[in-house]
Formats: sequence, structure tokens, C-alpha cells
Amino acid sequence: MIWNETKECMSCDEMRNLQSARLKKMVGRVYHNVEFYRKKMQQMGLEPGDIKGIEDLNKLPFTTKNDLRDNYPFGLFAVPESEVVRIHASSGTTGKATVVGYSRKDIEIWQECVARVLAMAGIGKNDKIQISYGYGLFTGGLGLHYGAENLGATVIPMSSGNTKKQITMMEDFGCTAIACTPSYLLHIAEALEEAGKLDKVKLKAAILGAEPWTENMRHEIESKLKIKAYDIYGLSEIMGPGVAADCGYHNGLHVYEDHFIPEIINPETLEPVAEGETGELVITTVTKEALPLFRYRTKDLTSITCGKCECGRTLARISRFKGRSDDMLIIRGVNVFPSQVEAALLEIGETSPHYLLIVDRVNNLDVLEVWVEVEERFFSDEIKALEDLTKKIAHVLHTALGLAVKVKLVEPKTIERSEGKAKRVIDKRKLI
Amino acid sequence: MLIKQLSVFIENREGRLEKVTEIMDKNNINIISASLADSSEYGVFRMIVSDPENARSVLKEAGFSANLTEVIAVKLPHKVGMLHQLFKVLAEAGISVEYMYALSSSEIGSMILKVSHTKKALETLNKYNFDLLKAGEAYNLK
Repeated sequence: MIWNETKECMSCDEMRNLQSARLKKMVGRVYHNVEFYRKKMQQMGLEPGDIKGIEDLNKLPFTTKNDLRDNYPFGLFAVPESEVVRIHASSGTTGKATVVGYSRKDIEIWQECVARVLAMAGIGKNDKIQISYGYGLFTGGLGLHYGAENLGATVIPMSSGNTKKQITMMEDFGCTAIACTPSYLLHIAEALEEAGKLDKVKLKAAILGAEPWTENMRHEIESKLKIKAYDIYGLSEIMGPGVAADCGYHNGLHVYEDHFIPEIINPETLEPVAEGETGELVITTVTKEALPLFRYRTKDLTSITCGKCECGRTLARISRFKGRSDDMLIIRGVNVFPSQVEAALLEIGETSPHYLLIVDRVNNLDVLEVWVEVEERFFSDEIKALEDLTKKIAHVLHTALGLAVKVKLVEPKTIERSEGKAKRVIDKRKLI
Repeated sequence: MLIKQLSVFIENREGRLEKVTEIMDKNNINIISASLADSSEYGVFRMIVSDPENARSVLKEAGFSANLTEVIAVKLPHKVGMLHQLFKVLAEAGISVEYMYALSSSEIGSMILKVSHTKKALETLNKYNFDLLKAGEAYNLK
């Protein structure tokens, strides 16, 4: 089903006109309300009137995660704080979180976008959807929750974890849909299999995202659970889940261009690349009130295709993600930057010891192991003290990353250095 | 009254202990006593050696984390009940033993002790006439 046919199926010209009108309005609003952008535009000799339509989009400055950090927490908000009805946050590149805000209208748009995603997956008011994304500052849980309510489906706000309970509710309530990370659904599928309950559940569709996955994983999920699995994309800086999603034809993820204008750039030259070529996804929000962003560099690598999809939608489609242009890792749906680990380790000493992140997938769940070199200043002749050190590091990292971490102490100089610079990450997860 | 113990951080990997003993050998350092404390992923290799300062610096050069800790070496005659006597006085004085291992030669037997309260332990041992192995004596044991 197409939730909003007017918007999702409008002609290319109509869409450009709509985007142009919204962009012009947004630029004026941002210029007047956000000092950061006003200064940036003034430095570039750019006035709001210079942006006459979408053809002038590339005149606008880029925005990065660091800009959000530098203006922590509310510096980029374009509305008075009294108009902000919700705050979410995600990991920043260092100790500080990336904070995002929503006006009442922003929440309505988010609900609309997520409803479109769910409708595209064949979910409707007669369905019961289990939301097994984490609830809280992370956008996954509440984002899907409000969208599903808007759609009229019955929401079961499970949040993540406690697989046994997830399975009980799924069976007892007769859930027909689930939203979670793809690796978690595989984990649930295995638990169902072990309990001999694969035939007892009524699942028919899954909305999966918040971490990179592959076509192979889709096939595994679909064949094991006998359901349809759909890919949902989003990031808190732009809104949260529901910026784009795929339809039953799986020809890429439809971007809700009436709210988010996508561009693909070469991350080195920052110039746009040709249609179909891979580059970094850049998004401009044109309807966001609380936190409108010009040309936000997502660091996600993908390509874009225009033209009508077999499903009837005319929205531009982005391909499955091909990686990142920075060193961010996504572990169990949580964004992790190696620099966060470094900043956290400073808490145990004046300088950070050498460390290495090893990410692996065990029984379909991501595990993060952090190796820390035991330099002389941390070394003790007592095992008890070394065990305390391990616990302390694990605690500090858990707090900083929001993720349980296994800490392993290793001898000095065992972590490989190349050209004096240590390699920080080994990702053993096979995603091809 | 105290002697210097050399401790080295060792990962549970093949050949790591051998690397340490090789360095000791090459630098003509005698290992008089040794003990290995293990956990699931690493160990602490503790030793009484003939030249602790030098041993530490050559290990450090080879990239090991090593340190020197002062420990007590209590001489214990080869007789029934001697270890019990030792623990009895320590327990009565409220001193706990962090770890211990034996250091023996053909002539003397002794126990290396790392305790919770070193000063108090020394006073207690002195009070009950326990004989301690002196540093010079320990490093030169054959």
C-alpha cells in the first residue's frame, strides 16, 4: 500500500518545484534563527535570496557531526527551546553526544515517514508490530513506535534484549511484524528454532535497520522465518529511522525527498558524482523546524538512482550502503567511533594506552572486544589489581559507548603499529 | 629486611615465558625462585633474581611490562608445623597474605610473602623471632 500517493508518486518536475519552494523557505528561516549558519553564509558571501531553488543547493555550506558537537547541545536549534517537544541523542566522535531536537511538527513528519515505510512493507491497522529497537535516547524505538501508531497498527513496545520474553510475546500476542536490527532478528530466529516455535509465530514482515546488512542476510531471514524483510534507513541528525526504506521490489531505498533532499558527493573533492556512481550521501532537510541542517554529510557511502520504481513510487532510490567514509562502527545498532574509546581510556591515565577494537559477530550478535596494552604504569604484581583494572576499563567503556565491552589486557607493543600509527579496528564481521 | 621481587606481565601465548627466561639467560641473571600466577588471559611471572634492577631494565628494553616489589622472605626450618606457626602469628596480627611461594636451597628453606601490611608484618615476625632472609643473601643463593 502507498501511504501518501500524492507525495510518493509525484512527477519529477512537481517534486523539484516542491523541494525548491521548501528549500527557499527553510534557508530564510535558518539564516534568521541559527547564528552558526548565518555566520557561515556571511563568510561565503551568501544571502538567503541567492538560493532560488534546488539548483542552488550546492551553494550552501556542508554540515558535519563536528558542527553539531561544537554547538552542543542546542546551538543549532532553529526554534525557541519552548517549541522543542523531544530530544534524542546519539554517539559523538568524542565524549560528547550528538543532540537532536524535534518540534511538534517534526514529530508529525517523522510519524508520517515511518507510516509510509510500514505501509510499503504491507503493514496496516490490522497488524501487531513488536518494536524491538532500543527505546530511549536512541531514535530507533520511539521513531518506529510513533510511526506505527500513526499507521493504526497495534504497537508492542518491547525494546531490545530479553530474547525469551520477545519470543513469548510474539507467540502469545500473535505479532505479525517486528522492527529491530537484522542481526537481532537472526538471533531471535535462532532462539525460535531452538524452542521449536518457528511455526507457532505469525510474523509476516520485518522492518530492519540501524546497522549494515547484506542481501544474504535478507535471504537467510526471509527463508528461516518465512517472512518479507525490509530495509529502513535513517540517522538521528536528519530525523531517525524513516529517511528512506525499500519496497517489495528491493531496488534500493526510496528517499522521502519531499522532506530530505539527497545528494551524492565524492568525499575527497566534495563535488557531486554522476547518477549511479558511489559516493557519500549528503542530506538537506527542508521541512525540519527544530534542527534543520544544510547538506549534512552522513559519511555513508551509497549511490542514487532516479526514475519510477516498479512499485509505482517516483522517489529517488539509494542503493544498499557500501560502507562509511569515516571510521564509525555500528555495533548492535550503536554508533561507535574509535576516538570515543580513546577519550574514555584517558579516564584511567593521563595518556591513553594503546588499544585495539575487535568486532565480531557471534551467534548473530555483535561483540566488541577491546585490547589494552598493559604499560608499566598500569602493571601490578597482583592479579587482583589487574582484574580491577580490567573491570574499571570495561566500566568506563560501557558508560562511554553505551555498549557492553569485553576487555583484554595484552603485553606492551603487541598491537600492530604501521608508520608509527596504531591500527585501531579489526572488524571480523562478514557482511558480504 | 625486604627483598626485591621482579614481576613481569605475560600474555597467555606460546613462548612468552621462554622469551623472559631467554633474556635472563643472555644477561647472565640467575633466577633463584619463580612463581607464575595465572588468570584466563594473562599471568604475572614473579621471580627472585640475582640482579633485580638490571633484570627489570633488560626486560623493559625487550618491551615487557615489569616492576619491582618489595617482599618478605621468611626462613623456615625444615620441620613439621613451621608454616602453621608463621600463618598463626600473621593471622593474629590481622595481616593477610596476598600471595606466596617458596625459595629454597639445599641449606635453607624460606617462604616469599607479599602481605597486606608489610611494616606490621615485619614487626610481628621480629617479635616472634622469625628469621628473615636478607636481600644480599637471597640474590646470591646458589
